[in-house]
Formats: sequence, C-alpha cells, structure tokens
Amino acid sequence: MPNLAFDTAHLLAGGLVLISFMLLYQDRLTSLLNVYALHALVLALSVAWQAHLQNAPHLYVTAGLALGFKAIIIPVALRRIIERLGIHREIETVVGIGPTMLAGMALVGLSMVVMLRVTAAATPIARQDLAFALAVVLLGLLMMVTRRNAVSQVVGFMSLENGLNLAATGARGMPLVVEISVAFSILIAFIVIGIFLFRIRERFDTVDIGALDQARGEHR
Amino acid sequence: MALIRDLIVQFFEMSLVLVLAPGLVGLVRKAKARLTRRRGASLLQPYRDLLRLLRKEVVLAENASWLFRVAPYLIFATTWVAAALVPTFATGLLFSWSADLIAVIALLASARFFLALAGMDVGTSFGGIGSSREVMIASLAEPAMLTTVFTLALVAGSTQLSTIVAFMNSPAVGLSVSLGLALFALIIVAIAENARIPVDNPATHLELTMVHEAMVLEYSGRHLALIELASALKLLLYVSLIACIFAPWGLAGAQADAIALLIGAGAYVGKLAVGGVLLAVFETAIAKMRVFRVPQFIGVALMLGLLGTLLRFVSRSF
Amino acid sequence: MTLVILLVCVAALLVASILGVAMARFRAGSLIVYSMSLAVCTVALVLALVQLLRNAAAPTLVLPLALPWLGAHFRIDALSAFFLVVVNLGAAAASLYALGYGAHEQAPHRVLPFYPAFLAGLNLVVIADDAFSFLLCWEFMSLMSWALVMAHHRDANNRRAGYIYLVMASFGTFALMLAFGLLAGPAGSYTFEVMRTGQHGPLIAALILTLALFGAGSKAGLVPLHVWLPLAHPAAPSHVSALMSGVMTKVAVYAFIRIVLDLLGAPSWWSSMVILALAGITTVAGVLYALMQHDLKRLLAYHTVENIGIVFIGVGLAIGFQTNAMPTAAALALTAALFHVFNHSLFKSLLFFGAGAVLNATGERDMEHLGGLIHRMPYVAFTFLIGCAAISALPPLNGFVSEWLTFQAILLSPTVGEWGLKMLVPGVGAVLALSAALAAACFVKAYGVTFLGRPRTPLATRAKEADRFSLSAMFLLAALCVLAGIFPGFVIDALAPVSQALIGSRMPVQATDPWLSIIPIAASRSSYDALLVFVFIGLASFLTAMAIHRFASHAFRRSAAWDCGTPDPSPSTQYSATSFAQPIRRVYGALAFQAREQVEMPPPGDPRPAVLRVSLRDLVWDWFYAPIEGAVAATAGRLNQFQFLTIRKYLSLVFGLLIILLLVLAIWL
Repeated sequence: MPNLAFDTAHLLAGGLVLISFMLLYQDRLTSLLNVYALHALVLALSVAWQAHLQNAPHLYVTAGLALGFKAIIIPVALRRIIERLGIHREIETVVGIGPTMLAGMALVGLSMVVMLRVTAAATPIARQDLAFALAVVLLGLLMMVTRRNAVSQVVGFMSLENGLNLAATGARGMPLVVEISVAFSILIAFIVIGIFLFRIRERFDTVDIGALDQARGEHR
Repeated sequence: MALIRDLIVQFFEMSLVLVLAPGLVGLVRKAKARLTRRRGASLLQPYRDLLRLLRKEVVLAENASWLFRVAPYLIFATTWVAAALVPTFATGLLFSWSADLIAVIALLASARFFLALAGMDVGTSFGGIGSSREVMIASLAEPAMLTTVFTLALVAGSTQLSTIVAFMNSPAVGLSVSLGLALFALIIVAIAENARIPVDNPATHLELTMVHEAMVLEYSGRHLALIELASALKLLLYVSLIACIFAPWGLAGAQADAIALLIGAGAYVGKLAVGGVLLAVFETAIAKMRVFRVPQFIGVALMLGLLGTLLRFVSRSF
Repeated sequence: MTLVILLVCVAALLVASILGVAMARFRAGSLIVYSMSLAVCTVALVLALVQLLRNAAAPTLVLPLALPWLGAHFRIDALSAFFLVVVNLGAAAASLYALGYGAHEQAPHRVLPFYPAFLAGLNLVVIADDAFSFLLCWEFMSLMSWALVMAHHRDANNRRAGYIYLVMASFGTFALMLAFGLLAGPAGSYTFEVMRTGQHGPLIAALILTLALFGAGSKAGLVPLHVWLPLAHPAAPSHVSALMSGVMTKVAVYAFIRIVLDLLGAPSWWSSMVILALAGITTVAGVLYALMQHDLKRLLAYHTVENIGIVFIGVGLAIGFQTNAMPTAAALALTAALFHVFNHSLFKSLLFFGAGAVLNATGERDMEHLGGLIHRMPYVAFTFLIGCAAISALPPLNGFVSEWLTFQAILLSPTVGEWGLKMLVPGVGAVLALSAALAAACFVKAYGVTFLGRPRTPLATRAKEADRFSLSAMFLLAALCVLAGIFPGFVIDALAPVSQALIGSRMPVQATDPWLSIIPIAASRSSYDALLVFVFIGLASFLTAMAIHRFASHAFRRSAAWDCGTPDPSPSTQYSATSFAQPIRRVYGALAFQAREQVEMPPPGDPRPAVLRVSLRDLVWDWFYAPIEGAVAATAGRLNQFQFLTIRKYLSLVFGLLIILLLVLAIWL
C-alpha cells in the first residue's frame, strides 16, 4: 500500500467535499439533516485520523465533539424543531439544483487552483486538507445563498463551519482552546438561530426568510 | 499456433457473452420476483422467449422503410462487438486493443442512434416519445460516462481496458476517493443506459413513462428478438465493465493456460450473478422517477465524474 | 511549378466567372460554368494533394500585382497545401452537385458570375504570403459570398441576413487588418516571411491574439460572433451553403492557425485558456441552438458553429501543450483539430447537399412540413444517413476518429503545469462529450423528422429523387466519410508535415501499425482500429442475418401500425421537430435560452383549444448585440448633427483635430 496516511486523509477530506455536494442535492429537510449528520461524522473521522497522524491527543477531543455534538445532538434537535413547528418539508431553492451543482463544481476547481498555488511550501496532507476545506467552506456559503429556507441555511452555515474545522486540524498546531471556542460559537449561533426560528414562527407563520423581507417592506 | 489459440479464446469469449446475456436478464427477473414474494418465471424463460420470437413471422407497419428492417441487425452487431471488447474472464484477448473504452461507449452510442431512428420510422406518437426521451437521457449519460472514463484514465494512465484492469489488479491502486466516485457514477450511468428503475421500467408497457419499450413498440418477430438480445447484451456489458474495473479478481492474463481461463470464467459467472442480484435488490427498493427528475439523477453521475477528476488532480500534484 | 499551375487555375476560375456574366441567361450557362469549376478544382485538388503528400519544399512566387513596391507574394507550405485540399475537395464536390442542382436555379444571373469568383477567393486566401494580398483576397472572398447570400434578395429575411453578414465581415476584416498591422511592427514589413521573425512583447502578443480571435473567429462562427452565420449560410443556394459552412469556415480556421501558431511565435499559456473557454461555450451553444431549429438548413448552419468549437478546442489544446514544452501532445491536438477540419468539410457539405436535394424536391426547408422522404428519395436518404452518423461521431465513421483524437489529447492534460489550464481541460472534455451526445440527438431529430415517419404535407408526398449529378456528389462525399473513417492512419500521416512545420513535432507514423490501427501515443495507453471495428460490425450483422434467415423464420407481413392498439391515421399526431426537442429544451433550455412554457387550459365545457406557448430568448443577441445596436443607434443620432454644419465649422473641426494629434505626438515623443 503506497502512502496509506495520505490516501486515507485524501479519502476522508474528499468524502467531505462529496457530502457537501450531497447537501446541495437534497430537496427534503429531513434527508438534509441526515446528510448533515453524515457530514459531521466524516469530519469526525477525518479529525481523528489527523490526531493519529500528528500524534496530537487533543484533536481526539475535537473529533469527539464533532461526533457527539454535530453528528448527533444538532440533527436531532433540528429535527425536533421541524416537527414541532410543522415546517414545510420541502426545500425551496432560489436557483435550480442543476445550476447550483455546476456552480459548486466551479467553486471546487477555484478553491483548488487557489489553495494549491498558495500553499506550495506545506506538507502534502496539509495542502490537500486546506484545498478541500476551502471547497467545503465555499460550498456551505453557496448553500446559504441559494436556499430560501431558514433551516437549510442553518445547515449550510454548519457545513461551512465543518470546513473551517477541517482546515484548522489540517494546519498543525492549532490549540484546543480555539477548538472549544469554535464549538461554542457554533452552539451560540445554533441557539440564536433556534430562537430566531421560533420568533419567525410566531410572527409570520413561516420559516421562509422571504417573509422577513416582506415584513420590512423590501422587495427582492 | 498461438494465433489460433488466441482466435479460439476470442471466439469463445464472444459466444460466452451471447449465451450468458439472456440468463442475466432471467436472473434479475427471478430475483426481483423472489424479493416481492412471487415465484417468478424460470431462469431459462428469456431464452424461450427469444426462440419463440425467432420462429414467429414479422408484422411490419405499412410505411416502415428499409431502415426499420436493417436497424435491428446493426443495433445487435454494434452492441455485440462492444460487449466482446470488454474483458469478461480474461484480459489481453486478440482483438481487445482494437477499441478502447471511449470507442466502446461510442459503439453503444451508434446502437442507440439507430434505435432512436427506428423509433421515429413508423411515424407513431409512441415511437417519437421514446426516441426523444432516449436521446435526452443519453445526452446526460454519455458525458457522465466519459467523465468517469477521464477519472479512470487519470488513475490508470490509459483508456485501454486491459491496461486499466492490470492496474486495478496491482497493489499500486491504493485507497482513492476518485475511484469510489467513479464507481458510483458508473453505476448510475449503467442504470440509466439500461433503462432500469428508477430511470425507466423494463417491465412496463402502455404507459406514458416508458422510454425504451416505446421505441421498440412496432417491432415483432425476429427483429424484436434481436433487439431484446441486444439490450440483454448491453446489460451484461455494463455489469462486466463494472466487474472488470472494480472487482478484477480472477481475471486470466494475456497468455494464461486453460486452468486460469476456467477459473476466470467461473469467477466471471459468479460476478455476473452477484451483479444481477444486487441490481434486483436496488430496483425493488426504489421507485421510478418522473421523466424530468431523471436529468438531476444522471446529473449527479456527471458531477461525480468531474469531482473525481478534480480530486485526482489534488492527489497527483505531489 | 505547382504554384504557377495553381494560379492559372485561379485565373481560369475568374474567366469562368466572366463567362458566367455573359452566359447567365442561357440554359447552357450553368452547365459550362459548373463543369469548368469542377475541372479546375479537380486539377487544383490533385496538385495540392501531391504537394501535401510529397512534402517537398514550399514553392514561392512573387507577382508584380497589387501595390507596386510590394508585389503579391504566394507560397504553398504544408498548412496551405492541406487547406487547399480541403477547399478544392469541397469546391469540386459542390461544382459536381451544382451541375444538377444549378439547373433548378431561378436566378442564375445572380449565382453564376459569383460562384467561380468565390472559389478563386477561397484558393487565394490560402496561398497568400503577405498581409496585403491576404486581406485583399479575404475581403474578395467575403464579398463574393455576400453576393451569393443575396442571390435570392426578394426575401426580406435574406436581405437582413446579408446586411448582418456584411457588417460582421467588415468588422472581422478590420480586426484582421489591425492584427497584421501589429504583427508587421514599426518596420511595416508585410510579408509573412519577415513577420515570422518578429518578436513581440506580451501585451502586443495578447492584442494580436484577441484581434485574430475576433477576425478569424467572426468568420468561423465562434460564439458570440456567430450570429450572422446561421442567417447567411442557409440563405444562399444549397451548394453555396455547403461551401460556406464546409469550406469558408475552414479558411477562417486557417487564418487563425496561420496567425497564432505560425506568425505570432510562442503564445502564452493563458491564451490557450481563453481559446479553450470560448471553444467550449461555442461547442455547447452551437449544438443547443441547432437542436431548437426546425428549418433544416438553419439547423445545419448552427451545427457548423458546434464543429468549429471542436476544432478550436483542438487548436487551444495544441497551444496549451506547446507552451508547456509537450510537443508530441501538441502535435496530437493539432492533428485532431485538422482532422476534424477535413471531416467537417466532408460531412457538412454532404448534409447541405442533402438539404438542397430535399428543398429542390419539395420546396420546403421547414422540417415540420416534411416527413417520410426515405420512401420517395431513397438514395438521398441513404447518403444523408451516412452524413448524420458521421457528424454524430459514431464509429466506424470519420467524425468519431477526430473526436477520439481530441479526447486522447485532453487525457494528456494532467501533465501541464498551470493549475488553471489543468482544471479547465477536464471541463472542456465534459463539454465535448456533452456536445457529441447532443449532436447525435440533433441528427436523430433532423433525420427522423425529415426522412422518416409519414409525410406531413402533400408537398412531401410528391417529392422525387434527386438528379444524377447531385447524387454522385453526395455518394462521393459519403464514400470519403467512410474511407476516412476506416483508414484514419493515412489521413493522420498526411497531416504529419503540417504539425511538423508548425509545432516542430509530429504524431508517430500510423500506416505501419499492425492491422492499420491508430496509436496516438503508446499501444498500452490507447489504440483504435477502425477497420477491424468496421469489419466486425459488418461481419456480425451479416452472419446474424444469414443465420436468422437460414434457421429462423423469414416470413413477414405488412399491416397497420400497432401504436399500442390505437393508431391514428392523421400524420399530425407524429412527433414533430419541436416536440422531439421538448425534453432537451426542458433540461437545458431554462439555462441556455431562458425558455418559458405557458399553458392556457380553458375550463371544462369551454370549446376553445388549449394553447401552449414556448418562448426562447437568444441570450447572445440580447446581452451582447442589442446593447451594441442601441449604443450605435444613439451615437449615430448624436453625430447626425455634424451633417448640417457650416464650412467654417467643418474647417475648425479638422483644424482642432490636427492640433490635438500634434499635441499627442509632442507628448509621446
């Protein structure tokens, strides 16, 4: 087996990009959450592999956080919210799925061109992790831009955050403190957006953020 | 002497695919029936159907042209040649270098071209609907297939199937996410190209959703037998293709002796059986899609192929 | 010697043109003019073939024509020889076709004088060896083809086509003139020989490339400069359409290759990215537009745009490889492009001939009024089918070989250095595959609606087979399509001197490969044996037919169509061209044309018919040309007042301009 360390890191990081695409492809909220759980699971595996490679036990904590918190708790909680609120189960898109995927491909190409050029001095594993991480971040942004539904925007944001995590573990020497703060920030964001969802529900009877624009008298 | 031996092996391979193809269809039907708790027809039923069709007279529509009568032979011949070029139980056969993977895909495209024309020939609305949908599906499935070929060619450094198989058998393969993506893309393309659920339903008639069956609606007798056999060969081709690339175990080499060839043939039949059962399980578990949802489904294969190529660039850049 | 005979040929064509003026009113006129063109072009074809295959030193000649201190330089190197073959093969076939087709011409006096002159122009452009003669011949060629487009000028659509063509052609010539001006440099050396030695800074080189793209690209039909092409090509008589689509676009490709690969010297890698991106867009846009057409000749013209895209993909790849010091790969890509040039000239001419035969027999170009012609015109239908299969890149015909070579070149791209190029090329490969599949869809539609099914109008039921001359031209081209398809090695070897001259490298010799297969790089990497595939398919279908007729039933009976038990006697229930394209329009149209469908369904009980409205927008026209048109109109309105000034004001304008120019000069120096 040539270079198992690199191949596995490549497989996991590449899998993360693929799952980002799967997120873009989904048209049901529940399956979106399932895929997001998978996203977080692969992230956890990838981080754990990095911990093994770099001999950095604190990264296992990060992996555990990703696994427990993002792969299990958040999807379950979001599913509850959907059920409680009786949100329409289909995802409304601004742009069709086909063009979104094409744009996603272009973004992946772009992030590789940029990252592989910039990081010529780093180790191969770090380089490819950074390239894929940027791709995941951009795909998360793309998802937030092209979805109307608040829940799928939240999922897009969290997948973006997963990309940041991948980058952080790929680049050696990022201390655990930062990890925890990142995790907490996402938690806070989650809570805020959760409340936000409830508020929207009370006032406008929808979680389509288009309704917010209407309430503010704006026109898209 | 060696030439004669090679010729014999090649001839054996060509007849083997021909003989096994209806059996594979029978197996898929049988497995599907068992999965839905029916008993199902015998494994030999497709053979009996073919023989029955061959014995019957042809009923031609009044304004069917010569193209309509020539097309079945062309469709069958191109599909057969394409199927004979894919390694089944041995690599490096005598004529295996006469076409690479791209040419095999193009040969299948030739068969489809004539099939779609034959669908248009009689001038019925069903034929037209089948042809127009078939070319729409193909317009996505073909690029998806070719991007997959790019990925494979990037990994193995060749579009020659024998070389690809040799590479996949060697320890140099390693773990590669690109190959996984290529596998998924290839499976999606195979489902779409063979008109299986969820893209098309091979068991349906008299429905506006049918594609392949609508094109061949006017065919009867020996013409229909040839077309049925060609579509069975196409299914066999795709299963063999996936098997020889992603499960190249047991394949005999270029100068293998009789025992290795026998082992290869046995392994091949086993792989076909596994592939057929898996296809039946998949088809039973999933529902047919609306026609205009199909492009998204095949679009995924196209995207997987491209993504595989892009990811491969990253891992090859070091 | 070769060059002298060739120039004599050109002179003979010009004489034929004068004869055309004199004899246009007589019946024999078209016979004389076309047979003369046929003879002359055949001689020129043989000359060019000999020159290309013998690979001798390039003959040069200076005639004391044109500008007195300059003279007109002519030269036939390998590139010119190859394009001479393409030009004269197409021209000879078109002349042969026109011997029969031209007899039905309603306005021979508008066709006969210009046709031989157009051929002369095509020949001259390819052998011109200085910028001045090149531009002169280029403009001559454009004007002659414009005159032919305007042959049926009573149709308002044709007049509009002619107008747009004239505007675009002058724009293209202008761009080429600027490009040559930059190439000539401050010394102002107009011969190509001196230009070749010139060194250019990166900015100037980029400018030259852009101007060449505009100049040659507008004639070839690169998107977004293609708008005139699908209007002008179908407007001309069919044999001229074939020449314009099959040959004149190739002369534009010649101009581009000559400027960028020969005169400009080493281009930079990003230029290949620009070309590849444009070519990729051209390929897909061309075939999608073609799929939406129901006018047979316009469909073919749009499809030319696609094929030009494929050729430019090959050229772009060649440049990309060359800048990366990969000469064998560059030779492969260039050979693929040139092979496709040759192929396209064959099958596009063939298809236009077929469309012309259909037009002659039925008076219709609209496919929605045709159908079932395979029964009335079996020979035309057979050759048209070969053309359709060849252009759809189906093995074992010739279209597949050139696309296969292009794919092989694309597969070599991972070893290039630049990341941008590396990422772009697989995308271009996917685009190429997409367009190949769409092309097959397009020609299933064209053939299926025109030739298959039942006649949709009485006109189609009364069609008659084409005449012998037309048929022999079509059979000739169809045979060449098959031959070039099953013996591609010989064509590749014939192209070797061209890539040797331009790139400094060539593809390995193919004719000596076992079983006449083609092996672009190495046998373990990829090989394709068209002859064997052809023999296999032939043998398999023959043996199957034999076996079935020997051992199984060979009885057959005619009966009404089955159609699921509910056959409808009205031919209007068939799938039409528009409905055939509907699934593809649904899938790609929203993105490419902003296609919108509107269904007006009357409520139950209301006897009004339901209405389906489909609206397509031509985005290139709306986003690119409409603003330009608006801006030009606005500026023209502004400038209009300059027409009504006093002499004093005119003088002061000129004076002011002079002063400004002097000031600029003073600052510059």
